[in-house]
Amino acid sequence: MAAIQQGLPLMAMTSDRQADRVVPPSGASAWLTSFTAGAMTFLAVFALALSLASGRLATRWAEALDHTATIRISAPADQLPLQTKAVLEVLKTTPGIAAARAETPEEQRKLLEPWFGPDLPLDDLPLPQLIEVTEGLDGYDAEGLKQRLSAEAPGAVLDDHTRWRRPMAEAAQRLRLLGYLSIALIGAAMAAMITLAANAALSANAQVIKVLRLVGARDSYIARAFVRRFTLRAVTGSLIGAILGTIGVALLPAQDVAGGFLTGLGFTGFGWLLPLALPVLAAFVAFAATRTAAFRTLRRLT
Amino acid sequence: MIAFENAAYSYGGGELLSEISLRLAPGSFHFLTGPSGSGKSTFLKLCYGELMPTAGRLTLFDREVRALSRDDIALTRRRIGVVHQDCQFLDHLPLAANVALPLTVAGRAAPAADLSDLLGWVGLGQLADALPPSLSGGERQRAALARAIIMGPDVILADEPTGNLDWDLSLRLLTLLVELNRMGKTILIATHDLNLIRQAKSQLAARVLRISKRRIQLAGADL
Repeated sequence: MAAIQQGLPLMAMTSDRQADRVVPPSGASAWLTSFTAGAMTFLAVFALALSLASGRLATRWAEALDHTATIRISAPADQLPLQTKAVLEVLKTTPGIAAARAETPEEQRKLLEPWFGPDLPLDDLPLPQLIEVTEGLDGYDAEGLKQRLSAEAPGAVLDDHTRWRRPMAEAAQRLRLLGYLSIALIGAAMAAMITLAANAALSANAQVIKVLRLVGARDSYIARAFVRRFTLRAVTGSLIGAILGTIGVALLPAQDVAGGFLTGLGFTGFGWLLPLALPVLAAFVAFAATRTAAFRTLRRLT
Repeated sequence: MIAFENAAYSYGGGELLSEISLRLAPGSFHFLTGPSGSGKSTFLKLCYGELMPTAGRLTLFDREVRALSRDDIALTRRRIGVVHQDCQFLDHLPLAANVALPLTVAGRAAPAADLSDLLGWVGLGQLADALPPSLSGGERQRAALARAIIMGPDVILADEPTGNLDWDLSLRLLTLLVELNRMGKTILIATHDLNLIRQAKSQLAARVLRISKRRIQLAGADL
């Protein structure tokens, strides 16, 4: 069934060029179709890139959320080593913790470097000790761990990243959905505009339709003439829009850690081929929109 | 071939044609006369399925017209050639392509030699590449006749075909229609032109139908 449906726009484009000839060369409505399809596809490429980038981000954040946590120990300098040792002991005996280790002063310096520069004198600052916790596959009981930590090391605070990672991951998921919704809306808007253009063309060619009926043309033949023309126009415009959109995405700045999400807006690997699917989608949209408009108009013109 | 049984056609609340019962036999030649607005064009539209009778029964080629699907009506029209007074063409296509249009929409090719012969027969051999807007009224009528017969229809309906033509051109068109009738085609011509009817009756046994008071009668008196 899907193969048959996929074949329909292709048939519309390849078969019966005679049917296409019987419709006079149209002006504005046909070019409007090409322009609309091109502009919509251009926008759809960016929406697609946005969706894919948001998806990658959501996945990355969700994975980080699922598998890591940090314990921050704030205590007077003389108690810090003792509390660190106590926390590591607690973690060793906590089910669901795969690994735990204290960050070295050098690692903590690197974490603070973006804000304070490379020459930060760490020894002069009362910095908390950070312990990186890696979660096991089965997970751990965060509430139970917090209670044990408060008993064994009063200065230790468990940050399982949920508080800030989860909203960000959810936001990225929502952004991805918005991207896909944008593509759907762009498709619907394109269908609406092509329907309007097709209706205008059909109305402008009422005399042609009358002549064709007089000589025995079936509705399917007349509809095919219009469908073929509009599908071809839409595919041509959409292909140009897809190419320009892809070039636009490729010209965005390369991904940079400091740049965060905005510089990661693009395609990766085979994802660069995805914009080529948009003209195919446009062909289906144009085919369905024009065919529906044509048959509706032909029934009305009886 | 085309048969009406007590058929009627109403439009806008009023009955335009009533109690029509007649049959166009194969190979017959009929004229249809009547005052302007009496329903001649409507009757022809009923004959080729553009309009449906609002009462009674109409059969086209032995099939009740109301039972025909849209596709069936399209196929039926391929057996009926129609020539209008204001004959319409596809103005962006040359004359030859317009004449071959019934074949094109039927998915058949028009052999160039046959098309050339047909255009020559209606006296338009030199105008095959001309666009319709450049043709005179007489040329358009003959082109419409060529288009109407290219599929080899069983019936030819002509609605005031000589309305825009001078007498010489009218005679030429009549001669073509008479020739077609002698080839076995059924001809029905709606016209006001009594001279044309007299001329035809001098050449063949044409019957004259007259619309009067919404009914179609066979004209008894000689014209």
